[in-house]
Amino acid sequence: MYYLYIATGFALLLSFIVNREKTFKAIKIAVRRFVTILPAFLGMLILVSIVLFLIPDKIILNYLGKNNIFIGVFFASLFGSITLMPGFIAFPLCGILLKKGALYIVLSAFSTTLMMVGVLTYPIEKEYFGVRLTILRNIMSLFIAFVVALMTGIFFREIF
Amino acid sequence: MKRNDSIKIAGIAGYLLFLILSFACGFNPGKEIGHNFLSFSIDMLKLLPCAFILIGLFEVWVKRETVERHFGEESGIRGYIWALLLGGTTVGGLYVSFPVAYSLYGKGAKLGIILTYIGASGICRVPMAIFETSFMGIKFTIIRLMVSIPLVILTSIALGDYLVKRSYKPVKGK
Repeated sequence: MYYLYIATGFALLLSFIVNREKTFKAIKIAVRRFVTILPAFLGMLILVSIVLFLIPDKIILNYLGKNNIFIGVFFASLFGSITLMPGFIAFPLCGILLKKGALYIVLSAFSTTLMMVGVLTYPIEKEYFGVRLTILRNIMSLFIAFVVALMTGIFFREIF
Repeated sequence: MKRNDSIKIAGIAGYLLFLILSFACGFNPGKEIGHNFLSFSIDMLKLLPCAFILIGLFEVWVKRETVERHFGEESGIRGYIWALLLGGTTVGGLYVSFPVAYSLYGKGAKLGIILTYIGASGICRVPMAIFETSFMGIKFTIIRLMVSIPLVILTSIALGDYLVKRSYKPVKGK
């Protein structure tokens, strides 16, 4: 996290030294774009706050810890697609699940959909790239997550 | 004001009112939702200002030709490698990569490469992958990356070509 601040500060300083006007212009662009997209971010935050309440960690632990592959993968992809959590929460959660006997194939489906499929980021993605691209990209990502889960299952000898 | 906007504003106002009432009356589900909202907002506010300042600097300093050369139609396979590297070092995840991707697209990057970048910023962020191995083991991470990276590139090319053929235009003026 800190290196991002350092990098940004350094870039800003360098830019300021080289050309003051361009730097002000850059800041203006930054502010304008930030403000333009803010409503979409607010929409996402509201969705996130409600979904995380409806699907707390306990429920995820409960459904993904079960040993039925189909039910596990189904709920893993569902939860992974409709929730949003940073890696530093998601992977410890996966670690706990693993110790509780969850299958790699299930955790693979969960973590991949979590990282690639964004139902909650839909308001932001469609603002930038339009509805069609957003929907198609998310469907593709879901498909990729299934293939990744399948391969994980094969390599860990959980299926076939 | 468009009708759509009024609905949005009403929704946000209703949500805020619900939170305020929940805190005033001690309604626990409402309080929990409020806490979720705050903690995620704070997480994002830590990242977004930096991200947008860097986007602003990118817009004024980086020439269109440079982006076209490295990420454009003529960049070939190198464009995809650049997209993977850039995605792998993007902090935050999808919601940070969308505005970055939009900037790159505006400066002439190819759509398939943009989609590869978005995918890569989801699956192969380096700090996250390192963190992942400590919980899931290196075998898990390697399988995940080896399977997903080629698929991301292939589907991005396919989806990009398809959308370009259908005369895709992103949303303007952001």
